[in-house]
Amino acid sequence: MEQLIQQIASGLASGAIYALVALALVMIFTATDHLNFAQGEMAMFSTYVCWQMIQWGVPFWPALAFTILFSFILGVMIERIILRPLHNASVLSIVVVFIGLLAIFHSLAGGIWSHTIKNFPSPFPNVTFAGSGYIGAHQIGMIAVSLIMLFALWGFFRFTPLGLAMRAAAQNPVSARLVGVNVDWMLALGWGLAAAVGAVAGAMVAPVVYLEPNMMASILLYGFAGALVGGISNPAGAVFGGFMVGVLENLVAYFGNLTEKTFGIYIVGNGEKLTVALIIVIAILTLKPAGLFGRTTVKRV
Amino acid sequence: MAPLLEVSGLKAYYGATEALHGLSFALEKGGITTLLGANGAGKTTTLRAISGLVKRDGRITFDGEAIDRAATEDIARRGVAHVPEGRGTFTGLSVEENLKIASYGRRDKSGVKRDLDLVFSYFPRLKERLNQQAGTLSGGEQQMLAISRALMLSPRLMLLDEPSFGLAPLIVQEIFHIMRRINAEAGVSMLLVEQNAALALDLADTAYVLETGTVVMSGPAAQLKNDEGIRKSYLGY
Amino acid sequence: MTAVTAPGAPTADPARNITRTLVIGLVLMAAALPFLVGKSGVISNFTFLQLSLMIVYAIAVLGLNLLTGFNGQISLGHGAFFAVGAYTAAVLIETYGVNYWLTLPVAAVLCFVIGYLFGLPALRLEGHYLALATFGLAIAVPQMLKYKHLEPITNGVMGINLMKPDAPFGLALSSDQWMFLVVLIVAVAMFWAARNLLNSRPGRAMIAIRDNTLAAGTMGIDTSRYKATVFGISALYVGIAGALHAIIFEFVSPDSFRFELSIAILVGAVVGGVASLPGAIIGGVFVQFIEKYADAMTKKLTQAIHLPLELQPWTLYGITLIVLIYVMPGGIAGGLAALWARFRRRA
Repeated sequence: MEQLIQQIASGLASGAIYALVALALVMIFTATDHLNFAQGEMAMFSTYVCWQMIQWGVPFWPALAFTILFSFILGVMIERIILRPLHNASVLSIVVVFIGLLAIFHSLAGGIWSHTIKNFPSPFPNVTFAGSGYIGAHQIGMIAVSLIMLFALWGFFRFTPLGLAMRAAAQNPVSARLVGVNVDWMLALGWGLAAAVGAVAGAMVAPVVYLEPNMMASILLYGFAGALVGGISNPAGAVFGGFMVGVLENLVAYFGNLTEKTFGIYIVGNGEKLTVALIIVIAILTLKPAGLFGRTTVKRV
Repeated sequence: MAPLLEVSGLKAYYGATEALHGLSFALEKGGITTLLGANGAGKTTTLRAISGLVKRDGRITFDGEAIDRAATEDIARRGVAHVPEGRGTFTGLSVEENLKIASYGRRDKSGVKRDLDLVFSYFPRLKERLNQQAGTLSGGEQQMLAISRALMLSPRLMLLDEPSFGLAPLIVQEIFHIMRRINAEAGVSMLLVEQNAALALDLADTAYVLETGTVVMSGPAAQLKNDEGIRKSYLGY
Repeated sequence: MTAVTAPGAPTADPARNITRTLVIGLVLMAAALPFLVGKSGVISNFTFLQLSLMIVYAIAVLGLNLLTGFNGQISLGHGAFFAVGAYTAAVLIETYGVNYWLTLPVAAVLCFVIGYLFGLPALRLEGHYLALATFGLAIAVPQMLKYKHLEPITNGVMGINLMKPDAPFGLALSSDQWMFLVVLIVAVAMFWAARNLLNSRPGRAMIAIRDNTLAAGTMGIDTSRYKATVFGISALYVGIAGALHAIIFEFVSPDSFRFELSIAILVGAVVGGVASLPGAIIGGVFVQFIEKYADAMTKKLTQAIHLPLELQPWTLYGITLIVLIYVMPGGIAGGLAALWARFRRRA
């Protein structure tokens, strides 16, 4: 039982990261209808920037603040320079451009910082507290930072004029332009915000998975699955989906171990947890094609 | 007096297809002008060309300044408020947010407040529904919201695309009555596109009749309305 | 609705006949190559292997083209079918001693069935959801190949070693030269079949579904059945390519068929030109070329333009992809066709 709670707790911790990644994906998707496959690699690259700052002696939090700013500008620039001229291109072309971006960031990180695994410091003090048996200090910190980010973003979109303009631009670009909103810039800002959110996710998860160019690959996939299962056009749903996938993944491993221990039959282990989690997600999607909280739209001939 | 809006030799394109073939007309300050014609005559395209929503060619001046190269959002900020076909509601936003979004670029806080009060005086129904999701409003209410949204830009010219479309006659009457008031009281000039020619000619002072992308006839609205020949051959009633 | 143009449709255009003659001539020349070269070593066995691999990838890219270019479905997971085909061939040959020719139809049928069955539920998914489902497939298959209970068959992470077959009938050809011929024959058959399929009634229905699924449905096309079948056919092509790859490469292992392979096939399809049969060949060449020469090319380029920092091969790859999308949105085949059209108008 204790182990089960432990697994759920660490599922929530990694789920918080998936939720952030899912949110970053949703932010770009609602505005452009594209899923940014390079989101994970951009986050990984940002995390390296943060690591480099820390290596140069900058304390963690200022380094993270700088990284967020850097990532935001990077995201804006990618949208303005690379994607803007392609806004009429086919989905397939955009997918290939994302694959190109992915390759560029991946190889740049490997080239600049090498492929060896690096330790990334946790900003949270390693204290013991009631419940320490179930969940570590860093995991609590991860969940807290993620929740703060989520609320900050919610507040931004809900209560600020700029947030409103961004929502309007995503929802109905023509109407938005007709009331004076510069939709092009709203898209670029969306990219910037998504990159910034990704940077936070990277810096939070790096102490757990260690820093290396491949660190975001499976995280992106889980985030992707979380976003889709929650409803890709619904930010709250995507966040829920992220947490759900995190818990699901850990439960699969847990019950796999349990059956092996009690019945001596090996069914699933750590090697297969990604597969099983994905199969469950896809099964949900075949039953509910728009995700758990998404709305199905009626299509016209 | 120079006209508020002057369009000359306007061409518009959908892809490689030319949809307007050199349209010219002018709109007086304070007036209501209507564009009439059958489906596909190019009425909606004309409005879209003025707002820069389609690829265009030719000269468009608004209050003496050329706007034929300006971006849609800049044209809107200069005071040309386009109430689009189908109302363009932000269905996922609340009524209040639909109104707020139009004042996004405005710096004059007191002016915004005044315009909001003005909107509520015209359409008190919207005030009751401020927190409702705009997509759940009825068609008539959404049309009121679209006009209100345009008003929040504090415009000098309003482009109205089929405001009567799909609405019950009583609602149409109410909306057209308020449009007349907005024109008279707030001094907003209007360029109105309508299927319902009789309705449009009642409201407008000047009319242009379009056929396949060119102006085939123009004159004072009253004159067009009273000429049975014109009515029969061009306006179909 | 975009115009439906079936490639190779019979027309009065004399250019068609020229093209046909050209294609037949090129194929015959390629087929004669091993015999002409013989054991002289003018073209090394290694080069023949490279050429074979290009053709194999061309078949795989063609499979994805049928699905994506002509039916409008995106797949990020076709590496999975490549793996299934490869393992089918490897297991049949090594464990059961089956003749390598016979493994091809088995791999084809197996992949068709898996593709069709996967396609049935996946049909409910569109666009990005289908992308995720196929993505999952690409991740799952290598993991399944390592799965504990399948180890007796798949040999786990170790993979399976094969022996390349010798040329039959006492032909004076090396096994690489012989396999080049085999691969060429299979490829010609597969391309010919694809061309006929696209010119048939079902082929036109396929394209109609791509252009407007709902409209195609109202015209009485059973869109679900068609989509699943196309998915199956597409998997069949990739499966055969996988089987050929196993035979000529003499080795299969779970890590040869990772997610990157699926991406490579997709990129090959788009770079070549996604709705074009010649595009598939260009795509196949591209896939093999990048795998083999990206490193060397990058080094040469870095030296040639005196770049101050060390350029990474994948950085160059990424930049190439993006530039290509800018310059030739229809892939290389589309770009060449546009150039040719401009040239003809001038002339």
